[in-house]
Amino acid sequence: MAHSGTARTLKSWLLVSPLTAILGLFLLVPVVVIVMVSFWGSSAYSYYPAFIFENYEFLFTSQVTLSVYLKTLTFTFITWALCLAIGFTVAYFLAFHIHSLTWQISLFLLCTIPFWTSNIIRMISWIPFLGRNGIANNTLQQWGWTDEPLDWLLFSDFAVILAFVHLFTLFMIVPIFNTMMRIDRSLIEAARDAGASSRQILQHVIVPLTKPGIMIGSIFVVTLVMGDFITVRFMSGGQSASVGRMISNEIGLLQYPAASASAVVLLLTVLLMVAAMLRMVDIRKEL
Amino acid sequence: MQKRGLSFYLLAAFFAVFVLFLYGPTITIAILSFQGPQGGLTFPMNGTSLHWFRNLYEQQAVGDIWGSFRRSMALGLIVMAVTVLVSVMGGLAFRHRFRGSTVLFYLVITSLIIPSILISLGVGILFNLLDWNVHWATSGLGSQLTWTLPFGLLIMFAVFNRFDASFEEAARDLGATNWQTLKYVVLPIIAPSLIGVALFGFTLSYDEFARTLLTAGSYNTLPLEIYGMTTSVTTPVLYALGTLTTMFSFVMIGLALLLVWRSRRTAGAS
Repeated sequence: MAHSGTARTLKSWLLVSPLTAILGLFLLVPVVVIVMVSFWGSSAYSYYPAFIFENYEFLFTSQVTLSVYLKTLTFTFITWALCLAIGFTVAYFLAFHIHSLTWQISLFLLCTIPFWTSNIIRMISWIPFLGRNGIANNTLQQWGWTDEPLDWLLFSDFAVILAFVHLFTLFMIVPIFNTMMRIDRSLIEAARDAGASSRQILQHVIVPLTKPGIMIGSIFVVTLVMGDFITVRFMSGGQSASVGRMISNEIGLLQYPAASASAVVLLLTVLLMVAAMLRMVDIRKEL
Repeated sequence: MQKRGLSFYLLAAFFAVFVLFLYGPTITIAILSFQGPQGGLTFPMNGTSLHWFRNLYEQQAVGDIWGSFRRSMALGLIVMAVTVLVSVMGGLAFRHRFRGSTVLFYLVITSLIIPSILISLGVGILFNLLDWNVHWATSGLGSQLTWTLPFGLLIMFAVFNRFDASFEEAARDLGATNWQTLKYVVLPIIAPSLIGVALFGFTLSYDEFARTLLTAGSYNTLPLEIYGMTTSVTTPVLYALGTLTTMFSFVMIGLALLLVWRSRRTAGAS
């Protein structure tokens, strides 16, 4: 190579300088600012520099914090389990039961297109389904399953999880499908020749080889649900709490130091969860 | 290949139900947006009309949706251009390991998985402390880039991991300079993927909500405007707006797919 090591490093850094500048100013510095402000003091409508632990003290001694975290973790776990089950099944169908590449791509696109449309509109579109006079309630009454409309369909925890699964399953489908498509088909032939049943092939060949995709999908789903504040607010009709909502409420009250402390704790929680999941997969190899 | 057994049909049925689950609600509000003037938010249809679409043009019925649409459109195009440019440059740099590349890589991943509200809050406070005004074209733009750039970069990483370097060597052997190699060999080969990056950049920005919430300033983008409407508007005008926005997204996606398909075909022909 004509380049010496230093020259190449310099060239690489020139190429990534816009990226570094943007992520520095809008990711790194804001996080540092949040950590800093989390130690500041606040009065009714303003906040001032200080170095106090009051915000954290309040956070860790409040009963609300624990219950909100438990609630958020419950949302996360249920959503993750459902997204994984649905996402794996869909990806498995596309990767191993559809044999024409054109069909695979077309059906895959069909699953991913909603990703490029508005989440808020997709949430709103559940209203005519789940409302008191919505399609679900009318159908259930027609079939005689209930006498009066069910109230818990819309604006409830059920609606929150339904919307999460609706919005985020494709974050599971894409990486799992991607890993499945790279599984060497001769491995499956070999397993079959050795007398494995379809079930055994799935369990002992496909699932282990798909683990990296499952991990990446899980990271997406878990972080999206943990940090969410809009879906919970909208789909629960403001009745359910989550960590993200707690922070957004504090922001609404202009309690920036309190919001910052909550945000720091949320960030640490999410990073710990991701670190645990990353131990099981090397993402750089999966691209 | 073995014959299609029972499992194929069961899985196919599952897939069909899943697609219905994905698109059903969107189709429902598309139908309901044609409600008659007296119609409500749910079935039954109270006649059919274009009443609610006309309603969108009346200033007093809803907020400043056309202004917010123009802003979202402009912001989407800027985000798209920046995302494509920065991702390509980053993708080229990351073809080789360089000092600090691992740290930067994890910074990109962090940008992707960090809860959006931290970006909104952090950028909001930062601008507040610096006495800068938050505006959709400055703080809003930067916040959205923290969401679109990771996607663009991950696509570029995937593209360059599969890139056959012998094309470049051939170009250099024929005497091409670095710049010529990039312009006449590398960029044309990766062009279809760039359309993908552009699609991500535009649509993710156009629909972005969480990271723009505190950073858009006094002029709302379209998703913020819609979010505001959900608490105050209780007529199908919300569905009409939703249907129009979704149609617009579909047109953009269709356009991108068409461009990818055409550039693949011309690449195959030559």
